[in-house]
Amino acid sequence: MIERVPQLIMYGILQGGVYGLLAMGLTLQYGVCRVLNITHGEFVMLGAMLTYTLYTGFDINPLLAPVIIGPLLFAVGFLLQLTLFKGLKDRAPSLPAFEGNALLAAFGLMYIIIYVAQIRWGATAVPSRYLTDKISFLGMDLFVNQIVTFVVAAVLGVAVYLFLTRSRLGRAIRATAEDPATAGLMGVNTKMVLALAFGLGALLAGVAGTLISTKVQVRTNIGFSNTVIALIVVVLGGLGSVPGSFVAGILIGIVSMLVVGLWEPVLTVPVYYAILMILLLVRPAGILGKK
Amino acid sequence: MDIARLFGTHRKWLLVGLVVFILAFVVTFPLYAVTYDVRVLTTVLMYVVMAVSWAMFSGTTGYMSLAPAAFLGVGIYSVALLQNSLPFPLIILVGGLVAFAFALPVGLVTLRLKGIYFAIFTFGLVVFTSEIVQYLETKLWGKHGQAILPIDNQILLYVMLGLAVVTVLAVYFIRRSRYGLALTSIGGNEEAAEHMGVNTTMVKVLFFAVSAFFMGAAGVVTAPTLLYINANIAFSLFYSFMPILMAVFGGMAELYGPVVGAVVFGYLETTLRAQLHSYFMLGFGIILVLVILFLPNGIVGLVPTVQDKLRGLMQRIRKGGEAEQHANT
Repeated sequence: MIERVPQLIMYGILQGGVYGLLAMGLTLQYGVCRVLNITHGEFVMLGAMLTYTLYTGFDINPLLAPVIIGPLLFAVGFLLQLTLFKGLKDRAPSLPAFEGNALLAAFGLMYIIIYVAQIRWGATAVPSRYLTDKISFLGMDLFVNQIVTFVVAAVLGVAVYLFLTRSRLGRAIRATAEDPATAGLMGVNTKMVLALAFGLGALLAGVAGTLISTKVQVRTNIGFSNTVIALIVVVLGGLGSVPGSFVAGILIGIVSMLVVGLWEPVLTVPVYYAILMILLLVRPAGILGKK
Repeated sequence: MDIARLFGTHRKWLLVGLVVFILAFVVTFPLYAVTYDVRVLTTVLMYVVMAVSWAMFSGTTGYMSLAPAAFLGVGIYSVALLQNSLPFPLIILVGGLVAFAFALPVGLVTLRLKGIYFAIFTFGLVVFTSEIVQYLETKLWGKHGQAILPIDNQILLYVMLGLAVVTVLAVYFIRRSRYGLALTSIGGNEEAAEHMGVNTTMVKVLFFAVSAFFMGAAGVVTAPTLLYINANIAFSLFYSFMPILMAVFGGMAELYGPVVGAVVFGYLETTLRAQLHSYFMLGFGIILVLVILFLPNGIVGLVPTVQDKLRGLMQRIRKGGEAEQHANT
């Protein structure tokens, strides 16, 4: 039992990279656009299913799939923010009212996306695992897909972080998150920046979907559980904090692997939840969140 | 005769008349309706209970609770566990009390959280409870799901009607009481309410639990219509969002808002389910998005706008008539 712990922790870290990526998208969407996007997991599902379709239908390597899927989902997210969520924001009397309405609208959107996906792919799992070779690392058996997903997730995470902190556009996004009105007065086109942030969130979800599909057989109902994980990771890391998401993602990855490996797979979500509960009580702003 | 004035002076009696008419309609409904419609009406009444009790807490305080499904599920599971040992009326009470007792610690822990954190936490609560129930079910009984003994549809309708009436009356009196004022003041400005001497924590936790009581009781009365339940059915997140949608659609400023929303969407949901089958989700999703986008203040919020428009139209017609007379002379 105990000798499996290092291996499980290793698996957990590798898994956590994807969770971090998932959460980064959600945290961008909430932190900047104030939309608690519970359709986030459905974008993950779309990314995973599209990867499979591209692979089987057009013979495109799953690792290249994000090049096509990313911009596609980015456009969907971009347009959603420009039309639906902007419309909601214009009509809402206050910020809390907008957040509530956006949550409800996202719930409706979730139904629409799941159903459209079910028309296309049905409800059964597709045999989607790729890169299943095993290699040995420090005496542990690892799958190539575990390493590849972690590396891709980590590189993307760092890239997004650098984009947000170092680039001009990233600064505009952060300024808009901080104070949309003032950012607008300083010459930031907040409408576009919000749409950009939401699109970026959708893109990250899509890439996370591709990565997930290399490891497990995916189906059209995987979205919701990913939404739950992303929500928990985001709150753990601090709503709006990108590095926090990544740290919390790895933490949750390790916890999930330990619970699955040593205890009871059914109890992963309750355990996440217990962690979340304790954290919210001790430090409501999250691990790296601002007070 | 001026109809507007008639409404103005006899408003109270008209309202009473309307309520009596609705009650009479529901009570006599089984006489001329088929079984299916009786069940639809029962579902609609369940949503009335859910939406009214949701709006009582979340609508006034602004703490958006996504936990209704958790409390409803607790009620449903109370039936599964107690149906062979207790009479049904007692189970309703027990189910409500279990949900009440469940909501107390949850409220104590979470109602310190502001805004969206509370929504996330209650959202997770539904998933959490569902998984725990599933785990315990497998451990203790070695099976998924429970059968529930059916109860006559007509009796269920009357029980649900009774519950709905009790809920609406209770919420009516809560809204008029000083606690109602306290809840509204928390929604307006919690800090100010605290300074004015409102024990905000007590009020919030207590009425969060009270709303849970009615949701739990509604779950108990709904359970026999389901015949078979498992954790996924009983704790479906759908039941969390429906009451919110109804309350938002109906408008939360008035007591009848959530009732109207519940009637419209309860009917729409059951009909869409029956008519569209697998298209149901798609249709429901589209309607939900459109409603939120175009009616963010609910249909009750629409009433003043429509009144204004009508008045403008009437004036224009009158003016048009005058202008015509002038032209004639």
